[in-house]
Amino acid sequence: MSRNLHLNIKHLTRVEGHGNIVVNVTDGRLERCELEIVEPPRFFEALLKGRHFQEAAIITSRICGICSLGHQITSLKATEAALGLEISEQTRLLRQLLIDGATIQSHILHAYFLAAPDFFGKPNAFKLLTTHKDVVLRALRLKRLANDIGDIVSGRAVHPITPVPGGFTRLPTETELNALLKKLIETGRPDMQATVDTFSTVLDDIPDFTRETEYISLKNADTYAFYDGDLFSSDTGSATVDQYRDWTREFVVPHSTSKHCRHTRDSFMVGALARWNNNHEQMLPAAREAAQTLGLKSSCHNPYMNTVAQVVESDHCLEEAIAIIDLLLTRGLKPEKPNQQPTRYGRGIGATEVPRGLLYHDYTYNRQGNIVAANCVIPTGQNLANIDADMKKRVPEILDQPRETIQKELEMLVRAYDPCISCSVHAIQVTFTGGAPPA
Amino acid sequence: MRSRPKVAFFDFTGCEGCQLNKLNLEDHLLDILEQVDLVEFREAMDETAESYDIAFIEGSLSTPSCIERIHDIRRRTRILVALGACAATGGINALKNIHPIDDVRETVYGSEKYRFPTLPALPVSAVVQVDYEINGCPMSLPEFLNVFKALLMNKTPDIPDAAVCVECKLRENECLYDRGMVCLGPITRGGCEAICPSFGQFCTGCRGLVSDPNRQAMLDILTDHGLSLNDAKKRLLLFNSHSLNPSSGLTH
Ligand code: SF4
Ligand code: SF4
Ligand code: SF4
Repeated sequence: MSRNLHLNIKHLTRVEGHGNIVVNVTDGRLERCELEIVEPPRFFEALLKGRHFQEAAIITSRICGICSLGHQITSLKATEAALGLEISEQTRLLRQLLIDGATIQSHILHAYFLAAPDFFGKPNAFKLLTTHKDVVLRALRLKRLANDIGDIVSGRAVHPITPVPGGFTRLPTETELNALLKKLIETGRPDMQATVDTFSTVLDDIPDFTRETEYISLKNADTYAFYDGDLFSSDTGSATVDQYRDWTREFVVPHSTSKHCRHTRDSFMVGALARWNNNHEQMLPAAREAAQTLGLKSSCHNPYMNTVAQVVESDHCLEEAIAIIDLLLTRGLKPEKPNQQPTRYGRGIGATEVPRGLLYHDYTYNRQGNIVAANCVIPTGQNLANIDADMKKRVPEILDQPRETIQKELEMLVRAYDPCISCSVHAIQVTFTGGAPPA
Repeated sequence: MRSRPKVAFFDFTGCEGCQLNKLNLEDHLLDILEQVDLVEFREAMDETAESYDIAFIEGSLSTPSCIERIHDIRRRTRILVALGACAATGGINALKNIHPIDDVRETVYGSEKYRFPTLPALPVSAVVQVDYEINGCPMSLPEFLNVFKALLMNKTPDIPDAAVCVECKLRENECLYDRGMVCLGPITRGGCEAICPSFGQFCTGCRGLVSDPNRQAMLDILTDHGLSLNDAKKRLLLFNSHSLNPSSGLTH
């Protein structure tokens, strides 16, 4: 069909950070279709140079408020790998518990406050208050609960305080953990069940769209991978984390202050849906049941379903948090000091599954324990090329629809990825692999 | 002030942690929402507005378009509040100001560096008049509530100025210096109830400096406790590179 369509959605709302959607169709021919990233860059890699290993995580936490825990943990892992600092099993469990809390917090925030208004036909979540007050209150309660995990274990959910290289500066008390456990079971579980039920009523509003792509995540033999594991691709199988540069070949594109990434194809996807596709067999039973209620198939190629995968993962994380606290209480918390005696100085890479996907920090330290080189590769940067590819397939499919429908569907598509644009502009690397491809 | 003042939130260069923190107010948030007319909050809603009674600004100013936007907002608002360290002091963003700007861009974007204009990261007060500042990285929620409520009642909010150490001693914490660590509590503006030392971690100075800071005494304490002079200066600059700018003699 021969149609002209020019969309320029400036400063897309209900996403983290600043992006524009630009679409140009002339005589039915798609000339331009991309997510422009206009967030001002903040230059974290440069800020890290010369900084001491005790400061690295404090600085990188400030890359993103929503992913602050994820950046912090990944940063600590990179520092510990570089300096040969061993951590205890207890530290590992507490970190996994923190990741569960941060994942629930981020997913709930996205599903209810950023994505759900589209499903309920409202411009924002505050307007939902008039028609669906119970839903909004439930969302706030769940967010509070996830936050409590962060407050109790790390001192503060935004820019956590206690996680440091080698361990924690303060451990939660058993009384605090007991109270938390009670809340997770008594209010967390029913609220999570109600969340699954609420989202099962809006499935009809999720566009029916399919585009198979490469799905990349961590994979861990013992558990649904968040804290650590090997790299895994639905196309090529496993690889060790030190291969990450080949798995995130970055390039600068003119329409984005964030770099784009590719692996073996032109684009790939990371995040909840990628993790689900790669590791769903390891999900805890309650969450697999939720997946069934929500119609999430074991191999799902509809990116709009990422929001649904987030709801399912929240359920998994709630159950995992309950199990971890149970285990910690059974074993008893051992008083431990953080291990901060380096056994070597050099390069270390940390890779973690944070809410939006795979995050890498890569540091090199000198003998004074100061950083000489740093690189961070952020999930949203890895997804940007895939978002553009999805839009390029979707626009021609719906070109006969009214302009408003096209605009709304594209906004929903970008939001489904839960892009964290404030993060992504730090998806930046010191050396360059090739030039920019044509726009 | 009219019964329902128009309130807007704007984010510039920051991590959005301060914005996120507001959602942790929950019940208070709902109370406040009933008293105000929330007219702009890009992160959470689609609408925009022409003028405001109170504009909250998060983030530092770091590009030419940031400067344009902030002038525009200042023209349209009665009261302007800088929210969080990035907006109030430049925060961690201002760390880049102590490196030559071309080096910074080259580190990140290589030969493509000229594509993305950037300026030193500035606190809002470096460009337009700021009526109130709420410190902290992230900003402190109780302080935000106090300021917000005071403004709604047309009162002048109290902004804390005693050092973190004062609050730390009130909480009867063991001083970290006695545990072999170093801490910026003596020179840092309180208001956070010394949350970091209370959780066993040193104060990084995220709330900015007290109004009459004795920098030399702080440097002496840090070097007496094992830091080299260079490391001591670096530690001080972490969140305070803008106020301790290179001409203050702290960098070399
Ligand atoms: S002050 Fe801190 S928490 Fe607030 S936006 Fe800046 S970096 Fe984020
Ligand atoms: S721990 Fe820090 S803030 Fe507390 S008294 Fe000691 S120096 Fe002051
Ligand atoms: S103790 Fe220091 S670093 Fe921690 S919140 Fe207070 S001022 Fe900021």
